[in-house]
Amino acid sequence: MIRLEKINRSFQVGDETVHALRDLDLELKSGEYVSIMGPSGSGKSTLLNILGLLDRPDSGRYHLDEIDTTTLSELERADARCNKIGFVFQAFHLVPRLTAADNVELPLVLAGVAPPERKQRVHEALEPLGLLDRAGHRPDQLSGGQRQRTAIARATIMQPTILLADEPTGNLDKASGEDVIHTLEKLNNQGITLLIVTHDPEIGGRAPRRIRMVDGAITEDTRT
Amino acid sequence: MLMEDTLRFGSQALVGAKKRTWLMVLAMAIGVGSVVILTALGEGARNYISREFSNLGTNLVIVIPGRTETTGEAPPMVGATPDDLTLDDAIALTRSSAVRLVAPIIVGSVPVSYQQLEREITILGSTADLLPVRNLSLAKGKFLPAGDPTRGAAVAVIGSKLKKELFANKQALGQWIRINDRRFRVIGILDPMGESLGLDVGDIAVIPIATAESLFNTSSLFRILIQANGRSAITKAQKAVKAIIKERHNGEEDVTVITQQALLYTFDGIFKTLTYTVSGIAAISLAVAGILIMNVMLVAVSQRTEEIGLLKALGGSERQILSLFLVEASLLSLAGAVFGMLIALGGVWALDQAFPSFPLTVPLWSIAAAILVSISTGLLFCTLPAKRAARLDPVHALSGR
Ligand SMILES: Nc1ncnc2c1ncn2[C@@H]1O[C@H](COP(=O)(O)OP(=O)(O)O)[C@@H](O)[C@H]1O
Ligand SMILES: [Mg+2]
Repeated sequence: MIRLEKINRSFQVGDETVHALRDLDLELKSGEYVSIMGPSGSGKSTLLNILGLLDRPDSGRYHLDEIDTTTLSELERADARCNKIGFVFQAFHLVPRLTAADNVELPLVLAGVAPPERKQRVHEALEPLGLLDRAGHRPDQLSGGQRQRTAIARATIMQPTILLADEPTGNLDKASGEDVIHTLEKLNNQGITLLIVTHDPEIGGRAPRRIRMVDGAITEDTRT
Repeated sequence: MLMEDTLRFGSQALVGAKKRTWLMVLAMAIGVGSVVILTALGEGARNYISREFSNLGTNLVIVIPGRTETTGEAPPMVGATPDDLTLDDAIALTRSSAVRLVAPIIVGSVPVSYQQLEREITILGSTADLLPVRNLSLAKGKFLPAGDPTRGAAVAVIGSKLKKELFANKQALGQWIRINDRRFRVIGILDPMGESLGLDVGDIAVIPIATAESLFNTSSLFRILIQANGRSAITKAQKAVKAIIKERHNGEEDVTVITQQALLYTFDGIFKTLTYTVSGIAAISLAVAGILIMNVMLVAVSQRTEEIGLLKALGGSERQILSLFLVEASLLSLAGAVFGMLIALGGVWALDQAFPSFPLTVPLWSIAAAILVSISTGLLFCTLPAKRAARLDPVHALSGR
């Protein structure tokens, strides 16, 4: 359901051109659980951003559900981000002035879902993550683990087919990190395609398919 | 995205950044407030002038001796000593059918006394017609008797202020006062009407014109006030007056005839221009406020790039981000307009308390214009930052690079 062909992405830093991704090919099947590891600066985030339609490749093709995303208009890309893709960031990226429930509700608001249905779906999203009693709290009143679980609830509220997590445990202690990974795995068990970028070999090792990146290219792709 | 959600999101964002919001609302409010206050002042000045003029009398035509050049024609070089304007000239003017009433006026300033009290005041010598022509009214008694203006009795009608000063609370009607050592009987007291074009009607005494001629030992009139036979007869009256005087003064048109309307139009025009100029200046201040808002908004956008990136990552489109920021801008401008209006109304109220005789009114169009201008400035100056925000690349916005 996801196919990358000869993806290139480079950045201009001063006079230098940094090749973050070089001719990268990748295929992901629906419902897969994949971890991506590799040294810092190897292009993992860039790859995830392109997969999440947050960034465009300089060249190459990216097929998502048999659609060539490079041909989509800005509005169609926004629509795809809204309905097909969930993104979990290392830095949570919760809106500080909004409560946990309001943060989770945001994608529904952007999609124009009617308020009564929104309340229902937010409730259903918060409950399994054990966040119901924290629904009215603002991000600064939540622990790191709670914040990341709120972000996960937000990423999945639109029931996307693919969930992209860029170092989701990077800002968390071990216990809450494991908590977050369990939450993500549970979602994968329910059928979502899961991609986790991580530095932690222990976490990376849990995935049935493990990709290693070095210098903008995939060097290992192992399955168990 | 639903409109109510856009509104809610915008207002939450405004409430979330109180300092910035207040700063922008204040800038807008000052702009709007100054527009409204300045237009109110301009309009007030205009109203003040037209009120002064309408106090003067209706369909008024004023004849002034001597030729005051206001038309740009060269003044006559020879034979320029004008003939005096006399009572006979005034009587002759009644011949014209366009002229309804004629009130010749002689003015002098002499001491007036009653018992031990003495005051120096303005004496008007005139006829019974002065009352209707000059729009005066009586508080008590009668005005000058009608009849042959060339025969003057020793009677006087006095202003209310003069009455108070000479008689205090005592009866004034029927009493004898001295004007320049001649005895006059008080037959009437004028209604206090305040000041109108520099003449305080409370502080005058009116005596028959023939009496005034002998009192001041002159036959030359200060002015002739004419009431035209209706609004449409004003120009005709003006022409007739010129023709009659010319005929009587050996072909010399040595008077200036002005109409109240012409004066009023001139002043009205001046004050309209003034109001517009002043509102123009105020509009500039609003534009300055707009630029300030734009800068603050640009800062707001850069402070909130992360949020914008996030909204885009969550599926927000360029258009949604744009409308979120524009709604925020409209809410700001609206709040600014409301606060500005409060400032303006407060300011106008305070000015009104301080200068009660100055008729300050806030014209409705200025309120509408101020709100319209503030919202359009807000939108105009926020479009650029909002567009910038909407175009931001989600990754770059999120990473803050
Ligand atoms: N927006 C950008 N501008 C300039 N250089 C960038 C940008 N994004 C990524 N890079 C560069 O691209 C390379 C890959 O970055 P990234 O994908 O973030 O690596 P990783 O997530 O594996 O640490 C790095 O050298 C990084 O400096
Ligand atoms: Mg990274």
